[in-house]
Formats: sequence, C-alpha cells, structure tokens
Amino acid sequence: MRVERREDISLTALLIAPFAAIAVALALCAGLIAMAGVNPAAAYAEMLRGAFGSRLAVTETLTRAVPLIFTGLAAAVAFRARLWNIGAEGQFYIGALVAAGLGHSLLSGLPAPLAIALVMLASMAGGAALLVGPALMRLRFGVDEVVTTLLLNFIVILFVGLMVEGPLRDPMAFGWPQSVPVAADLRLPDLVPRSRLHIGLILALAVAALVWLVQSRTVFGAETRAAGLNPRAAAFAGVPLTATLVKVALLSGGLAGLAGAVEVLGPAGKVTTTMSPGFGYAGIVVAMLAALHPMGVVAAAVFVATVFVGADAMSRATGVPSFIADVIMSVSLLAMLTALLFTTYRLRR
Amino acid sequence: MTEPILELDGITKRFGALTANDAISLRLRQGEILALLGENGAGKTTLMNILFGHYAADAGEVRVHGRPLPPGQPRAAIAAGVGMVHQHFTLAGNLTVTENITLGTEPLLRLDSRRAEAKARIRNLSETFGLPVDPDARVADLSVGERQRVEILKALYRNARILILDEPTAVLAAPEAEQLFRILRGMTATGLSIIFISHKLHEVMAASDRVTVLRGGRVVAERRTADTSPAELAELMVGRSVTRPRRAAHPVGAPVLVARGLTVREGHGTPLDAIDFDVAQGEILGIVGVSGNGQATLGRVLSGLARPLAGTLTFDGRDITRLTPRQAVQLGLGRIPEDRHAEGTVGDLTVWENAVLERLREPAFSTRGFVRRAAARSFAAELIRRFDIRGAGPDTRTRLLSGGNMQKLILGRNIAARPRFLLANQPTRGLDEGAIAAVHAELLAARAEGAAILLVSEDLEEAVGLSDRIQAIVKGRLSAPVTAEAADARTLGLMMAGIWETRHAG
Repeated sequence: MRVERREDISLTALLIAPFAAIAVALALCAGLIAMAGVNPAAAYAEMLRGAFGSRLAVTETLTRAVPLIFTGLAAAVAFRARLWNIGAEGQFYIGALVAAGLGHSLLSGLPAPLAIALVMLASMAGGAALLVGPALMRLRFGVDEVVTTLLLNFIVILFVGLMVEGPLRDPMAFGWPQSVPVAADLRLPDLVPRSRLHIGLILALAVAALVWLVQSRTVFGAETRAAGLNPRAAAFAGVPLTATLVKVALLSGGLAGLAGAVEVLGPAGKVTTTMSPGFGYAGIVVAMLAALHPMGVVAAAVFVATVFVGADAMSRATGVPSFIADVIMSVSLLAMLTALLFTTYRLRR
Repeated sequence: MTEPILELDGITKRFGALTANDAISLRLRQGEILALLGENGAGKTTLMNILFGHYAADAGEVRVHGRPLPPGQPRAAIAAGVGMVHQHFTLAGNLTVTENITLGTEPLLRLDSRRAEAKARIRNLSETFGLPVDPDARVADLSVGERQRVEILKALYRNARILILDEPTAVLAAPEAEQLFRILRGMTATGLSIIFISHKLHEVMAASDRVTVLRGGRVVAERRTADTSPAELAELMVGRSVTRPRRAAHPVGAPVLVARGLTVREGHGTPLDAIDFDVAQGEILGIVGVSGNGQATLGRVLSGLARPLAGTLTFDGRDITRLTPRQAVQLGLGRIPEDRHAEGTVGDLTVWENAVLERLREPAFSTRGFVRRAAARSFAAELIRRFDIRGAGPDTRTRLLSGGNMQKLILGRNIAARPRFLLANQPTRGLDEGAIAAVHAELLAARAEGAAILLVSEDLEEAVGLSDRIQAIVKGRLSAPVTAEAADARTLGLMMAGIWETRHAG
C-alpha cells in the first residue's frame, strides 16, 4: 500500500473533511464514554441539551464561541502564511491584561464607544508585539517560532500572575488574585438581555468576514498566500517576504490580543490567571477544523464551544468527567489532520 | 541471439481515466544499452516504476531471467538484480556517501556496522567502473554529477545487474553527460545491462544500442540505433515532424542592457568575476557554458535577487546595479527563471494568480489594495489563448500544468508586457521538442518586436540557432563575444573550455 498525491484537491472533499473528522472523533469518544459506564447516545443527547437545550444554554455556548473565533482566526491567518503561531494563549492574556489595566480607570473620561475602541486597539497592539519578536527571530536567525511562541505563553501567564498579585490587584476581592474590575461603562453591552452573551459576538463575526475579505480579495492576501506556499517564487515575483511575514504576525497576534480584550470587556470584567480554559490552544483546533478558512472558523468555534459547554452539562447529568471535552477536541484535531491528508493524498494498493 | 535478461510483457497501467501504459512489451539483452525514448508524459517513468516495483501494473508481467517478479515490491526487484537511478535523487544530504549507499542493506538491530568493509567495497566498485567519489564526503557537499555517481554506486553495491536510469542527463552538463555514457558503456562490457530514459535525440543516438520509442503510453517503434536517424526518431516520438524555428537576419538597435565589470562574491567564491556584456535592441545575446560556472548568479543579479559587489549594470542608460525584483518588473525587464517550479510559479496557486503575481500592485490588477479579479482572470485567459497554454483555464492549479505549458505561462506573462529586455535563463531545459519549438518561436518574435534578449543556455544547438552573438561563461568569467556566423563547434568548444583566457594572457 502506498500514498499518492492527488492531482487536485476537490472542494467537496475539503467541505466533507471536518464533518467526517468530527464524526470519527465522536465515534471514538463514544467508546470512552461507554467505558465510563454511560450509554454514549444518552451522553451525547445530554451534551446537545446542555449546549442548545435552553435559551440560557444557547447564549452560554455562543459566549464561549466568541474568544474561540478570535483565536481561531489568529491561528488560521498565521498558519496560512506558514507562521506557526502556537502563542495565541499568551497573546490572549497580554490583550486581557492591557484591557484590564487601561479599562479600570484611565480612559473613564472619554465617551464609552471611543474608550472601548482604544482599549481594544491597545490590546491588539500588545498581542501583536508579542508575536513580532518571534517572527523577526525566525527571519533573522532561523529560530523556530513554534518553540518561542509556545514558551512565551508560560512567561506571559506568570507575568499576569505577578500583576494581579501586585499592581493590578483588586483590594475588594477578599484576597483572590484578580485585577480591579473594568469601569462599568466600558463593559460590552448585552446582546441578549439577562444572559452573558454580549455584542462581542457581532464583532467576532464582522472580524471573521473582514479577515476573509483581506485574505481572498486583497493584494496583501494574495502575496501572503504566495509567500506561504513558495517563498522563493514569491521573492522572485517581488513579494517582500520579511515585510509580509511581519504583517501577518501583527495581524495574528492582534487578533489573539483582541480575544483577550473582548473577554475582559465582555463576560469576565477583570483579568485572572485562570480566565482562559485554553482559548489560545483551542484556537489551533478551530483553525484546523476550519481548514484555515475564516468563515469556517466561525462554525468550528461554535462546535468547540458546544463540546465544552455541553460536556459540563453531560458531566453533571451522567457523571462522565467533563475532561471528555478535551479528549473530543484533541481527537477531532487528529482526525481532521488525517482527513486533510486524504484530501491531498490517496492510498493505493 | 542471447536470451533476454529482462522482459516486460503487456504492461498496462491506468491512473483514473488516463492510461499511462497501454500493453507495453519490451526486452533487454545482456550487455546492451536500451534507450527508452519519448516525450514528457509518454509513460516512460511509469513503466520504469512498474519494473522497479514502485507501482503495480493493472495487467502484464515483468520477468527477469525468465522468472516473473512479484508486482509492487521494490525489494524483490532489488533481489533480482534490478537497480534504479531516479531522476530526482533519493539521497540523504546530511549523511556520508558510505552511509547513503549502505542504508537499508544492514540489519537494523546489529550493533557493529561493518563500515570499513563497506568502504572498501565502495572504493573497489568506484575504481572498477570509473565512478570516482569520496566515501567519507557528506552528500550535501557533493556536486550534482557526484550525487548521480553515488546513486549508481548504490545500485551496484546491491549487486544490480540491470541498471535503469531515469533521465540521467537532465541534471548534467554536456561534458558530464558524455562522461556518464562512457562509464555506462564500460559497465556493459562487464556484463551489466542498462535501460536509460531520455527525450534527447542526440544522446540516444550517441549512447544506445537499441531504441524503443514510446508515445501516448504505447510502444510506437523499436529500432537498432545504427539503423535509424535523429529525424526518424523525432518524428516517431512526436508523431509529426517538428522543426525548431531559425533566426532571421534583423537590424540591431542601440544597447539596452550594459554590464561593466560586474562582480559577485558568495561565501569564499566569486561566481561572477568582472564580466562585461551588452545586449542591444532586437538582439539575442547567448551566454553558453557548462552549468555551475556562474549562470545561476548572473540570473539572480538580473532578476534583482543578488547584489553585485563591484561593477555597474545599466538599463537604457539608467543605473540598475542595485535592482530589486519589483523594480525589474516596473522598468520592463522580463525574467524567465532557471527553475520554473522553484522560482517561476507557485504551484498551489491558480494560473491567473501566477499570471499576475508580479504585477499585483499595478493599477491594471488592483485598486486600493484589492485585487481586480475579473481583470486578472481575463488577462490569464488571454495568455492561455495567445500562447497556446494547453490543459488549463484561469482557475486551474498551476501545479497541474506540464513543464512546457508552465513555461509558456511564464514566457507569456513576460512577453505580454512587451519588455525592453528579457532574461531567458535555460528557457527550454527539460522540455520536449514540441514545446522547445514553441518557446523558440516566442523568443524570436519578441526579438523581432525589438526586445533585447539575454539567453543563458547549456544547449549549444539552441544558443547557436537563436543568438546573434555568443559569449561563453567559464568560472565566472565571460569570453569576448563571437558573432553567430563565426560560432562553429570548434570555436565554441574552445570558448567553453576557457581557452580565450590563455590566448589573452599569451
């Protein structure tokens, strides 16, 4: 048996791949659920009910999807240019920290929409700055950005810990390590009354559409794709490789930073070291499930959010540990990578 | 009549709708060199991959010494004494020659590796067959010719009695190729039998005992080399008679591109050493030479990818010594790169994207940073029509084009802009006769329109057929130009050997 490259990648195959991957992942995890002594069909039904069974459930799932859309876009944008940004988690926290730092007092004199916009821009700048360093180190010295961006995550989270234990510490929080809350008028308005769902969802959808527009319709998008697919040919055609990669790093880091800002200005209201259940890493799964397509990112983010929110409900109802969510997500990623392989290659006897 | 050592009997292989091999039969006798001749896509490589067990045939049988080979098992082929030298080498650059050759021949779980023994055998083989190579050298440090010798040694080390070489001269310069064929001839004298795959008529004529011609997946003819002619083979291979266009006399205008004392240093070497040349309007200047004498660097300088250390380059009197790729496009310097896959196109982008990639920022193809897709697509459609790019629409993935059609795309996007100057760096390397004729016709048409063309080529026939004047490049230095009329084989041979240098010195 041997692996052969397909003549062309069919769009249908690319569209089917994520669904096939998810189906395979759910089937495999059904085995694990059965081992935990629960009927998998009942467990998955419980999961769906937990994610979509009530108005509250739906808003919770969508609330959870918002940061995943941003981090998913961050990963998709970078991966398309072959910049392996594994640091969205750190960039998320920098964005969150900047938002909390600026948002609790400094901009309180300005009209709220302007202040919110400024906070978001500052958070994006923070996330972008965190990725530019690794990008430049790769361009200059060939330092592997997978390593640098990954390790920066831990440094940033420790730094956030330092800040919420020190300068940004909320004295009213009964000793909990969390920052001073952001000013009430900087909080993002609710999208659905009496829920945590905020207008960040609209922003996320708009940004996804914008990223799609930039990638598929602009000179920058075309040059980025060329540079990612064949840097030598792109350079020959006059694409400035360094500038292109730096711009991609700014965009990717900025999107992950924005995720942090939206989470702080939205549901969280403050920064803590535990506010992200791995949004940055989950963004990688989201981007891969979406086959790096910005609109696919939205759908994939909703799926991942469903798994997480649903798994909590399932866990409460059936006693299957909620860690099953992490397993489903990881297996989906592996299945998707395999599926993507089969869109490009086929097996022959 | 000796018994055939190798027989292929009714081999058929289909890939989807495409029948790559259609009931092909051929036989190889001991001590003979058989050439498998055919255009790109005629099914030569597929056939050899079946013989070596990389693919399993849908029908037919391979027999070595009358015994059938199990299909789809390279190990069985190796055990039966079949060795294959691929067109694209399968060597690990970070390992030594010895390690590459012995890789896979030693049991995995043995602690001591019989390095000294292996080295002695390799030395012995390389002396016997005249394949000099240092067993301790790292493969990454070897030249292409040396790497090919390692590939051949690898097959011999595994006791190959039948050697298959896939386009062995595609990566070699003329003298290296001649040397290779001498070595192969020596091997047959010791009883080895050889099949080599080629689409180059002259080497088939020079080096083979028999020729089997493939076209469209079938055997169309078998000839004894002594009983055939290049013209007959060309017609059999292409299926019609093809002639390369010849240059017509044509007035030459003012110099367009002028290089004076151009020098480039890279690492410890000086790939371009104070070279001078002029290319005038309506003129083709041919630069001939054995590959690796500075042509690649010259191409990079004229493409805006390398900076000269000294000297000047002017274009219509304007200094372009510090050229960038974008400037080159803006100024009207067309560029056909040496390697169409690595530099000329992005294979996974569409034809239209590759057609306009160089010009994306021009108002014709973008407004305010947005690509004018309709304009770009219709430009690509126009190129496809005008330059007869087959098997493609604007939205086809460029990777799917054949070499010739890919080259027509690159040529087309340059010529459509009516460049004042055109760099054609090895423009027909690896193309079949039909595509070569088309590329030559386009270059001559651009010349007739007044373009100044610098043709860098290893193919002397091409250089003489197209160029008004010819200079030779040897170790980074350029000879004085000779006119095409004065460029007989002897003069060119001396020039390419660098003899002009001593004449100057003396």
